[in-house]
Amino acid sequence: MTDATPDMISKGAVGADQARAGKLQAGLKKRYGKERRFKLYGVLAVAVAVGFLVLLLGRIIAQGHTAFYAHEITLPVYMDASRIDRSYPQGTNFELLVAEQELARLGIADDAAGTKATAMRSLFSSELKFRAADLVRENPGLIGQTVTIAAPASDEADLYYKGEITKATPADQRRLSDEQIGWLDRMKTGGAVRTHFNGALFTNGDSTEPELAGVLGAVIGSALMLLVTAVIAIPIGIGAALYLEEFSPRNRLTDLIEVNINNLAAVPSIVYGLLGVALFINWMHLPRSSPLVGGLVLALMALPTIIIATRSSLKAVPPSIREAALAMGASRTQTVFQHVLPLAMPGVMTGTIISMAHALGETAPLLLIGMVSFVPGIPHSVAEPTGALPSLVYIWENASERAFHERTAAAIMVLLAFMIVMNAAAIVLRRRFERRW
Amino acid sequence: MIWFYIPVLIVLSILAFVGGRALASRRAVAAGVKPHSRPSQHGLYALIWVGVPALVVLLAAGIFSNNIAAQTLRAGAPDSVVQLEPFRRDAFFSDARLVGAGRQPQQIWPAPLSSDLIVEGRRAAAIHQTLTWGAAVGALIASILGGLFVFMRIRPDLRARNRVESWIGAVLFACSAVAVLTTVGIIFSLLWDSLRFFQSVSPLEFLFGTQWSPQIAIRADQVGSSGAFGAVPLFAGTFLIMIIAMCVAAPVGLFSAIYLSEYASRTSRAVVKPVLEILAGVPTVVYGFFAALTVGPVFREFFNGAGALLVGGPLDGMGQYLMLVQNQMALVAGAVMGIMLIPFVSSLSDDIINAVPQSLRDGSYAMGATKSETVKRVLLPAALPGISGALLLAMSRAIGETMIVTMAAGLAAKLTLNPLDTVTTVTVQIVTLLTGDQEFNSPKTLAAFGLGLTLFLVTLMLNIVAQKIVQTYREQYD
Repeated sequence: MTDATPDMISKGAVGADQARAGKLQAGLKKRYGKERRFKLYGVLAVAVAVGFLVLLLGRIIAQGHTAFYAHEITLPVYMDASRIDRSYPQGTNFELLVAEQELARLGIADDAAGTKATAMRSLFSSELKFRAADLVRENPGLIGQTVTIAAPASDEADLYYKGEITKATPADQRRLSDEQIGWLDRMKTGGAVRTHFNGALFTNGDSTEPELAGVLGAVIGSALMLLVTAVIAIPIGIGAALYLEEFSPRNRLTDLIEVNINNLAAVPSIVYGLLGVALFINWMHLPRSSPLVGGLVLALMALPTIIIATRSSLKAVPPSIREAALAMGASRTQTVFQHVLPLAMPGVMTGTIISMAHALGETAPLLLIGMVSFVPGIPHSVAEPTGALPSLVYIWENASERAFHERTAAAIMVLLAFMIVMNAAAIVLRRRFERRW
Repeated sequence: MIWFYIPVLIVLSILAFVGGRALASRRAVAAGVKPHSRPSQHGLYALIWVGVPALVVLLAAGIFSNNIAAQTLRAGAPDSVVQLEPFRRDAFFSDARLVGAGRQPQQIWPAPLSSDLIVEGRRAAAIHQTLTWGAAVGALIASILGGLFVFMRIRPDLRARNRVESWIGAVLFACSAVAVLTTVGIIFSLLWDSLRFFQSVSPLEFLFGTQWSPQIAIRADQVGSSGAFGAVPLFAGTFLIMIIAMCVAAPVGLFSAIYLSEYASRTSRAVVKPVLEILAGVPTVVYGFFAALTVGPVFREFFNGAGALLVGGPLDGMGQYLMLVQNQMALVAGAVMGIMLIPFVSSLSDDIINAVPQSLRDGSYAMGATKSETVKRVLLPAALPGISGALLLAMSRAIGETMIVTMAAGLAAKLTLNPLDTVTTVTVQIVTLLTGDQEFNSPKTLAAFGLGLTLFLVTLMLNIVAQKIVQTYREQYD
């Protein structure tokens, strides 16, 4: 910076000055080089961030898109009267029955222990049994006849049809033998296999069997939890912000509250989980892994962010509004509730929605309050044990079945879709109603 | 539950409002004077006195009733139940509650207990019903008493508006007190259980011990089950991952902030800013999934491949080591966590750099400095305190981050600074200690609270220091 620009000096046009100008010229080149490099670092840094986001989303879509379709095997089944228990059809081993008949149709002889039938059976989902049992229970006349039944392929068979397992896959990474793969090929060429949209993913609760597992239970659990969070955190957060911004006298106590709120916003989420375990579960005996406890914990967590967002949009309302209202004889409370708060509302809603979206994705505290346990089915109340979307992602990621990997990515897509919708709503609100003063 | 009383309460409150309003105007007309407050303000005053006492009763019932129910249930239980291990006993009581509510128990209990279950279930249902009805009747009585009080007081000269407003002020104050109560709750719950933990494990051993294996014997004669609670390996692992994360986040975050605030055109900023916001909004469990299933295997294959090249050469030992590197290494968790922190560092630094007055930039340009020289010699020195505050905040985030390390770092408590090794962190151990099905009072679960307290104190200290720095710095130019 101490260097002067060259053309100023060249006016002197003395020999010594010319040498100096030449030096400066060379130095300038170096400096411009540095400038370009510095700018390049910036571009690189931004590229790293953008590139990572693209990579992250790309990988999730690449891993997860296959979970949205599944394969179904349709087979004719002879309802063998000697094998079916009329009084209790659910007790019948329909899968084995179907497997044996399919083996016979393919012309394969089984050994005495029935190993091949067992191997064939593992290609069908256990859903087959329930569908067959339902048919028989509703219409016992079907016994002794041949019916066609469609049932999902088992998770491994489904992976094979999707091309994620091939004969080239090392044996320790697949549970299908080459023989089973041969059968699957023959069934496919026989026209028994159909690809369809995987509705089960959206209409079922969690299950230990990947082909039957779905996100609905977790979605409803998350929704119930967010409802509890919203009911508690939004009124309290707005109230606290109103007090601090509009009513509170400046004194030690309010300073303490302010410092407190800023620090609470930075407390690690897992500490809130510990608070939830100690306070809500061990002391208040609220039901473990219920949306009620989850919602309470998330409410405490979302509170500081809602307060901070609300305060900043209250601050944005110009003092002239308050002064005008006060001058017309309104009381402080009337001023705030009839003028300031309504004007600040778009900003408040935006901040609130964003913090709710954040709460939706929070996982760590949920693990501590027991949402890692397997909960089948769909919850009906806030006091029942349920799963939640982010904890479902964690559970599925930990599952050993390979078919859960694609479903984990699919669950992430569902989670991200909800978050995108919420954030988009916040942005629209901000665009539509934001006022610049 | 007591939710069913809420509609009743709403109806009562509406009645109070309408009644109070009507009463106020009637009494004003009868007295022939101009009332101090408008009738609807009298109505609001009546609503407060009918609603608030009932809400207090319901809130107290909500907080204490489950606790009281559990204690009464335990106090009256038969000996066969009392003699169960604490964990089994809790499971029994939760099943009893299910049976009492007319649902299926979650497990099958052996002979003497199975009949007890039905008896206890009936008792649990009775206790539940008594408490629920007690709360509802209590709330109703509170409403009626409040209503009688307020309807006697409504007079033309009652300063209803002032009273309503001071009530509103009190409620708003109570709302902001919740934030303080949360802090108090966090400190108390962490301290309480940590103190119980430190009764069985000395704090010195916990803070300075180098052996971490929190297995507690299920049977007394089990081998190698003494359990060791030296947390130094966890602190080392946390520190290692934090350093790796900062090595990624600090330069990338800082440079992107500089680029965005000094170089980027309006359009590129309009593209990059939302991208960073999306990156900040992605839930950490998603980063964890990505680290565990994508970054981990890629890194392992890279190092294994590099190892295979080195084996047999002059660096044979290193090659052998690299070939055994696992998916779960500190580097993977640290790198992904660093990416997660980029938007955090960048948005904080962006604010701070933008807060440096334009006159400093203009002065520098006027002296002939290039942009990068201005950034390096004027902006960064001026913004340094603020940026270091931002980096401290990012460190505190990295220390408290849970999901990425739970999914991508390991469980083995090793005292190492090798980024290719498996390490474990404080947060991972908290999750592992508390997510198993074990009884609550063992040192193993209480250790989680000891770790939580340490984590809370360290992050709190970092935050306070960082906020102080950021604040004092911001005031400089205002």
